[in-house]
Amino acid sequence: MTRPRLQAEHVRLGYDERIVVDGLDFDVADESVTVIIGPNGCGKSTLLRGMGRLLRPRGGSVLLDGKRIDKLPTRDVARTVGVLPQTPSAPAGLTVGDLVARGRQPHQHWYRQWSAGDEEAVAYALSVTGMSSFAERPVDELSGGQRQRAWISMTLAQQTSLLLLDEPITYLDLAHQVDVLDLVYRLHTERGTTVVMVLHDLNLAARYADTLVAMHDGRIVSQGKPGEVLTEELLSDVFGLDAKVVSDPVAGTPLVLPISAHLRDEV
Amino acid sequence: MSAVRDIESVPGRKQVRLGRLAWSLRPRSALVPAVCLVLLVLVAALNIGRGSSDIAVFDVLRTLAGGGDHAETGIIFDLRLPRTLAGVLVGAAFGLAGALFQTVARNPLASPDILGITWGAGVGAVSVIVIGGSAGQVSGVVAELGVPLAGLAGGLVAGLLLYALAWRRGLDSYRMVLVGIGLAAIGHNVVYWLLTVGDVDDATRATTWIVGNLAGVGWESIGPLALALVLLVPVTIAGVHTLGGLQFGDDTARGLGIRVDRTRAVVLLLAVALAAVATAVAGPITFVALATPQIALRLVRSPQPPIVGSMVLGALLTVGADLAVRTVTPGLPVGVLTAILGAPYLIFLFLRTRKEARA
Repeated sequence: MTRPRLQAEHVRLGYDERIVVDGLDFDVADESVTVIIGPNGCGKSTLLRGMGRLLRPRGGSVLLDGKRIDKLPTRDVARTVGVLPQTPSAPAGLTVGDLVARGRQPHQHWYRQWSAGDEEAVAYALSVTGMSSFAERPVDELSGGQRQRAWISMTLAQQTSLLLLDEPITYLDLAHQVDVLDLVYRLHTERGTTVVMVLHDLNLAARYADTLVAMHDGRIVSQGKPGEVLTEELLSDVFGLDAKVVSDPVAGTPLVLPISAHLRDEV
Repeated sequence: MSAVRDIESVPGRKQVRLGRLAWSLRPRSALVPAVCLVLLVLVAALNIGRGSSDIAVFDVLRTLAGGGDHAETGIIFDLRLPRTLAGVLVGAAFGLAGALFQTVARNPLASPDILGITWGAGVGAVSVIVIGGSAGQVSGVVAELGVPLAGLAGGLVAGLLLYALAWRRGLDSYRMVLVGIGLAAIGHNVVYWLLTVGDVDDATRATTWIVGNLAGVGWESIGPLALALVLLVPVTIAGVHTLGGLQFGDDTARGLGIRVDRTRAVVLLLAVALAAVATAVAGPITFVALATPQIALRLVRSPQPPIVGSMVLGALLTVGADLAVRTVTPGLPVGVLTAILGAPYLIFLFLRTRKEARA
């Protein structure tokens, strides 16, 4: 068993007076795809922000490759860990090309702000997200889905071996959701990128995750292979959802079929 | 193979390389400051030429280049140059301070005048003029140095207060603007209270200073101002790249490896120092710090206030306003006109941008 890339040890996270996550332990294995699921307000995003050193823990610590992340120079961390926050905001008028180029910041110096390596990384990030033709368009004039892809593109331009993505497919239609997850999976298989994502779509989460993590009230309730975690009991306990779980005919992973109120008598 | 060709370059980001150094450059971000710089030289030469005996622009330029006759050299270097040079330096300092404030606060309203820095400087300077003047203890060299130094101290105190009051687990930009407006209101009222307390002569002197005036500036104030700019400008330009990251939300900036709180603190300190030094020399020349970064941003068409563009445009606006005020109504302080010139242009730009966005 190799050492985990990213670890939370008894981590305590919160905002002002409110503690959201308390004494949580969590390991992210190298070259794995970990997906965190859970109902709204369960602390998924808070945990992800803590793991990505966007939020300083009140207690415990986060370790990146065995070293405390808050003791490492934040620029060095930015060359290893790419974080896509949930609702990023860009200044008005910023073009997609400039947004994605910003992902190169941790690799740049004031005297070398746009090297051939930067150009290559940005061009690659634009091309794999299908945003090359939008490079000169302002971000604030894009549709929600295009904007989301532009931000993902920026995170990819950072060229990190670890990606933390907070709801990367929320504003996308199903085809684009699959596109983005396929892309993430490709980075994982081709480049060995370690990925931690927060997703709301349970079926896609089950399909793409090596490890599924279910959270409830700031605690990890269940963790493991999607088939072990995503059970009818868990859906009822954690989400309060009455559902049937069958085997996905396409992937063989669990498929959640919610039982709507008006159908309840017939099932 | 077309996919490979596609990833060769990024549209809209032209690479400029110089050995190991490399930047991306848009024509506009170089062109606009260049054009403004040429205009600035012309306007400055016109302004220097103006006086009890007018000197032609060409002669002014020739004299500045070292080729003038004895009389012209004397008049220009001893008498005329300090005023215009002060205009250039003060304008550049205000333009840069405004650009930094607006970048840190991510708010076009943030500028040293709105956030109370210049009013803090005003309280310091007017205290010395009014209290010192009526007590009869301040005279000569002390009066010469006392007003700018008190202005500088007042501006720095206001900056520290702004920072301390706006801090709550990091510097919140919205909170900063609100606290700043409050500080400005307090500073404003203290200044007017001082004016009513002081005697008429001092109050008149103080009022001229409050509006912003380049008329009385001599070589002795140019030195400290130039020194401040020489020290602060290179630091800022080296930091421009990091500054760009602050334009995004805090989470994004942290994710990119920027020490958000520390960077904000340093940038704010630089901006306060620039604004305080400039105010100390010429008084709070209103509107330059607020308007020039926004005007420069729209001319350059960049998403954030351009640093160099704001400086050159700040200098141009200040010297241009000085020239205009001396031509139309001699004796009126320059600060009166910067607002009259800057405000309509800013409104025009806002309206035009809105129209473009709708089209």
